[in-house]
Amino acid sequence: MAEPILALEGLSKAYGALTVTDDLTMTVEAGSIHVLIGPNGAGKTTLIGQISGQIAPDAGRIRFDGRDVTDLPMHARCRLGLARSFQITTILPSFTALENVAVAAQAHDGHSFRFLRPAAAEARLNEAAMASLETVGLKHRAGVRAGALSHGEKRQLEIAIALVMKPKLLLLDEPMAGTGHEESERLVATLEALRGSLTILLVEHDMDAVFALADRISVLVYGRVIADGKPDAIRADPEVRSAYLGEEAAL
Amino acid sequence: MSAPSSPVNKPIGAARQVAPVLLILFAAVPALANAADLGFATQMVSRIMIYAIAALSLDIILGYGAMVSFGHAAFIGIGAYAVGIASAHDLWDASITFPMAMLGGGLFALVTGAICLRTRGVYFIMITLAFGQMAYFTASSLSAYGGDDGLTMWGRSEVFGYSPLENETTFYYVVLACLASCYVFAKALVGSRFGRVIVGVRENRLRMQAVGFNPYAYQLVAYVIAGMMAGLAGALLANHTEFVSPSTMSWQRSGDLIIMVVLGGTGTLHGAILGAVAYLALEEILSHVTEHWRVFFGPMLILVVLFARGGLGRLIGGRGAGG
Repeated sequence: MAEPILALEGLSKAYGALTVTDDLTMTVEAGSIHVLIGPNGAGKTTLIGQISGQIAPDAGRIRFDGRDVTDLPMHARCRLGLARSFQITTILPSFTALENVAVAAQAHDGHSFRFLRPAAAEARLNEAAMASLETVGLKHRAGVRAGALSHGEKRQLEIAIALVMKPKLLLLDEPMAGTGHEESERLVATLEALRGSLTILLVEHDMDAVFALADRISVLVYGRVIADGKPDAIRADPEVRSAYLGEEAAL
Repeated sequence: MSAPSSPVNKPIGAARQVAPVLLILFAAVPALANAADLGFATQMVSRIMIYAIAALSLDIILGYGAMVSFGHAAFIGIGAYAVGIASAHDLWDASITFPMAMLGGGLFALVTGAICLRTRGVYFIMITLAFGQMAYFTASSLSAYGGDDGLTMWGRSEVFGYSPLENETTFYYVVLACLASCYVFAKALVGSRFGRVIVGVRENRLRMQAVGFNPYAYQLVAYVIAGMMAGLAGALLANHTEFVSPSTMSWQRSGDLIIMVVLGGTGTLHGAILGAVAYLALEEILSHVTEHWRVFFGPMLILVVLFARGGLGRLIGGRGAGG
């Protein structure tokens, strides 16, 4: 079996007395769509933050693509092929949608200490950006200021930004949060089309999307993985049902 | 709305014309001043243009990078002292002293910026102010070079043994050429890959880190570029007055520069030039009326901030990068 693209070993993070990540060990297989579920406050976003490098863990190691990245800052991990989207929309509001994606393409196209040539006229960046916008279905909105996009479109833009970096591992933190049914379906289709071309670690609450996409599911409760396996096994797991799915069904 | 528009380098409509028009007007000043027998006007406008270069350099980091430097006058002062001190050692050639002034400004920016840029927001403002004051008091204590009283230069910089700058009109056009070059350079800079990163960090630092940029490195380089440009302004200023004093780098001067940039409109470049013109012209006019000219200037500034959001530049027309 090939080495996992991502391996978390004994990862821990506490904020004062509150343990958010509790000696967590898990792996993500290359090429899979791995979904992380768990009730609110389970520590999903904190975990994504630690994997991406935004938050420093208190203990434990993070191995990405055969290399220990625990001590690398976020921008350095990103250059190794680790891209993320944010739960709370994080875009450049005064840039157009195209420029938001083009600046991400720029980050992965040599250095940016180029001082004189107009960046807006660089065809290579714009073409890559446009292709990425097309993938998520946002091409027709390329020239619109990102701040003026609808909520759903901003979510799509986040994914276009991540995709243009051609990551090996894509971390998506609740990409469907707050989007309508139709937009969610489109997003599921977009991710489905990407299956196999890269690895996706997805945090999601929308159970239809979770079971439609997941190759494997990990269930996080109070900073620990309480179950880990194929979707059918997770669905049948009594502990998961009581901790999470049952709670959801009761709503 | 749907037309692609860049937040960085495409102000719409009249705004695009402001800087070229200003530069052409500047070019006409010496002839007009001579015709109207107002010789002092040439000198006054060269001073305005020198501060316009400094304001331009501040706009690069303040307007585009949201780095509010409250110690910007220090870079001007260091540039001025580089030329002044060199003249005290009988070194007059501009081909040596001007690069020295720019390197001095850039070096000071590199060292202080490396520390300042580890902070943000109000802490950044305070620490740049602290470094500015450090430069001010250091200059005040340079007793070998006049200390508090400043340093008289006994002439202007030479160019390969000649003294063309002694001619007021020639000096004026040299300043104008410097301003035009700085503007063209800054304009290209903010639209380049580098400029896009600087503006991106202003817009959302986390997003830029998440796509793979190290904001610190880019901001530091922008800071150094601004320091060098302000150093050039300092070298010109020393030649303008043939006198260098610590007051050039007082915190009030740094404040004046911020006011110029805000008055003209941040993040537009032409706004910085416009702001320098408006501020120094008003200072000149109002200070003839009363010694307490700031009493009138203060409310005017408030009116501009309240009713002409985005400064004079936007009042004249168009939208810049302020967002």
